[in-house]
Amino acid sequence: MNTPISRFFNRYRKEGCLAVVLLFVAFWTIFFSRNTEANGFLQSLIESRFLSLRNLENLSRQVGMYGIFSLGMGLVIISGGIDLSVGSLMALFGTVFFFFLTGSHAWIPGIPWAPAILVLILFSVMVGVLHGWLIAKIRMPAFVVTLCGLLGYRGLAQTMTHDTAIGYYDAKFNVEGLERLLTGEIFGLPAAFITFIAICLIVYYLLHLSVFGRYLLALGRNEQAARYSGINTILIMAFAYIICSVLAAVSALFFALYTADVVPSIHGNFFELYAIAGAVLGGCSLRGGEGTVIGIVLGTTVLLVLQNMVNLLGYDSSFSKVITALVILGGVLVDRFDIWRLLSRPKNASAA
Amino acid sequence: MPPLLQLSQVSKSFGVVQALSRVDFEISAGEIVGLIGENGAGKSTLMKILGGVHPPSSGQIRFNKAPVTIQGAKVAEQLGISFVHQELNLLDNIDIAGNIFLAREPRRFGCIDQGVLHKMALPILEELGLHLDPRTSVSRLTNGQQQLVEIAKALSMDAKLLILDEPTSSLSIQEADTLLTLVKKMKGQGMAIIFISHRLSEVEKIADRVVGLRDGKNAGELNAEEISRDRMISMMIGRDLSEVYPESNPVNAETVFSVENFSTRRWPKGNASFSVRAGEILGMAGLVGAGRSELAQALFGVDSSPSGTMSVNGQPLTRGKVKEAIANGVFLAPEDRKASGLILEMTIRENMTLNSLSQFSRHSRIEFKSERIRTDEWLREFGVKAPTVELPVSSLSGGNQQKVVLSKWMTLAPKVMIFDEPTRGIDMGARQEIYQAIARLAETGCAILMISSDMEELLGMSHRIAVMREGTLSGILDRDAFSEKAIMTLAVQQSTTTSTS
Repeated sequence: MNTPISRFFNRYRKEGCLAVVLLFVAFWTIFFSRNTEANGFLQSLIESRFLSLRNLENLSRQVGMYGIFSLGMGLVIISGGIDLSVGSLMALFGTVFFFFLTGSHAWIPGIPWAPAILVLILFSVMVGVLHGWLIAKIRMPAFVVTLCGLLGYRGLAQTMTHDTAIGYYDAKFNVEGLERLLTGEIFGLPAAFITFIAICLIVYYLLHLSVFGRYLLALGRNEQAARYSGINTILIMAFAYIICSVLAAVSALFFALYTADVVPSIHGNFFELYAIAGAVLGGCSLRGGEGTVIGIVLGTTVLLVLQNMVNLLGYDSSFSKVITALVILGGVLVDRFDIWRLLSRPKNASAA
Repeated sequence: MPPLLQLSQVSKSFGVVQALSRVDFEISAGEIVGLIGENGAGKSTLMKILGGVHPPSSGQIRFNKAPVTIQGAKVAEQLGISFVHQELNLLDNIDIAGNIFLAREPRRFGCIDQGVLHKMALPILEELGLHLDPRTSVSRLTNGQQQLVEIAKALSMDAKLLILDEPTSSLSIQEADTLLTLVKKMKGQGMAIIFISHRLSEVEKIADRVVGLRDGKNAGELNAEEISRDRMISMMIGRDLSEVYPESNPVNAETVFSVENFSTRRWPKGNASFSVRAGEILGMAGLVGAGRSELAQALFGVDSSPSGTMSVNGQPLTRGKVKEAIANGVFLAPEDRKASGLILEMTIRENMTLNSLSQFSRHSRIEFKSERIRTDEWLREFGVKAPTVELPVSSLSGGNQQKVVLSKWMTLAPKVMIFDEPTRGIDMGARQEIYQAIARLAETGCAILMISSDMEELLGMSHRIAVMREGTLSGILDRDAFSEKAIMTLAVQQSTTTSTS
């Protein structure tokens, strides 16, 4: 049994499982949020609150914003590392960005939004280079380096704002274009979602089609063997951290505009953990060397749809954390015992 | 005298695979039986049956004349069957005594009684001639000493039957000799010993009787006076073997690779100078820890080195730059193929092209089709036994894994190829294929440096043999000066005569 089709199913079995879970959660939500006053059952489903335009738009925006930084986290996890600083970085990036727009901080000049975005991206590259240098070259543990980032970046943002909120309502320059770019719609879909799709394609290319991706997977599995094959493991590993912080910056722009007010003490709290959860649920191994873009996307989406379900069905929103925890635990448990393969084994055995 | 252990008509099948069919085996107290066979011949299945890991599908086992069923490792231990495995299974954060009596520690008020523990360990260590404090941490021991601790562990269980599975594979020649002497001594004390080894010269030296397995069946038996290398090989592979090592022609070509005053991080005061000609195989002998692998890694550039120069065809190379080494055709097939040679979870295809991906990509995009086609060709060319290149390398046997490593480098037209222990843990059939591949490579004019701890392999393959000791090249032997003794002399003592190359 080694046809291209069976290979495809074997390769994407985790993703397949996740897709089933996703559909299940979606149908569950549709069913319980159906419009009970509609004529006929089918109509009641179509008119469900889950399928309402407002909800779908909101959901796709969420998927876009969370998905962007989750992809970066996925690459770092595949390299065998971890980046705990993502949430704090997003708070810092949001804060710095708004200081650029308002020019209200003594050290930060007020500049129009377009160059501000550029400077922010450059800043995020520098942060990524710093992480990559400390982790790949100096060989400090990724956990420690980015844990310091987790504490430091948020602390820095809080210090800069004197631990209050910062908004962009008193921006020095015209921000209409910025608002249209980040909170508007393209082809009727939220800009965050469209950006996310574009980034998905780029990361898919990087991870699954390019030499870089092959090297990254090799490095995550066995760094020494990668080095013995002549791969510049330091550069590849550092690159993963750079991509991760750049994507955090892109995502931070959307979040900053979405919330309009950045409160550094809570902005982006636990985002790194949601990203890790999404990646792990999507089949990335924390030991490195394993993971797909489709998996990361599905993992992140499942978590957000669950959240959406809890909101729509009026469960206590705190309870969503418990459900999320159980789903991740269950997902990893299924993977641990390779239940998909167990189910398909009799068929394979008879063919062999 | 009745045999201590007698297996009759033992079979074992896993699903449709018949691992053992109707195997007979017996051993008496005070006897050393060499058990030989290629990988997959059923040796390890047989040993797992004795160790209580798998029950046999059919057949009978008698221990001390009484029929027994060995169910679980505990039963084997109670019968007095002890194992020393190929891989060292010691915990290196615990001291020697703690390892010997692991999980059987003497206790006092619920705590381990360290005093008694160390007192118990001392006589066992004495008996093995291991004059070490039982409080020494295992991490500070050499491989040879660690292997002796493994044996001490077996002895401490009051073993009647000791099974040594490739006990010398990670040992230097000298350490292996010490171990063999010890095994003989234990035999003198009435212990029955099953000795499994790929190093046939050791089997020849030590065994009272040799039992061969092939394809899960008995392949024959040799008595003391019949034991010879040739007969053992033909028993294992089922046909006569006129020549294991390919014929080699003397070389008079130009020098390709020259190394001057090289030292390594492990031996910063070491000094290695040698040169290899086109088409020449320079063997490199030495005790384990003499710095041969470190030298290979430094030459390839994966490890830094404090001093030395090297050049390929007269062009000097920078030390410690893998990229430059590879660009100049200097490649290394490393010692530990699982840790440094291959990425086990990745497919054969991905492993084969990991070092040459630029050839299979355009604008950094991998061209999967050409990659697939070329690796398929390499699969056949190097005789890797796998149905497709899409299988993970971990599913291959050791010999086939090594062939993947060789194909990975040898298809890049090496100018200098460094092999570090190219046949470690590989069965005779695959070994021969690897020898032929190396000889073919030499014929293309590649300069070859072959590090090996297998004396016969060194003598059989090399044009010259360089011997290392404590990071320094203590001498180079020409073919007419080849002998095990000459190598050992150079490996152990300070050399006084150094032949020039």
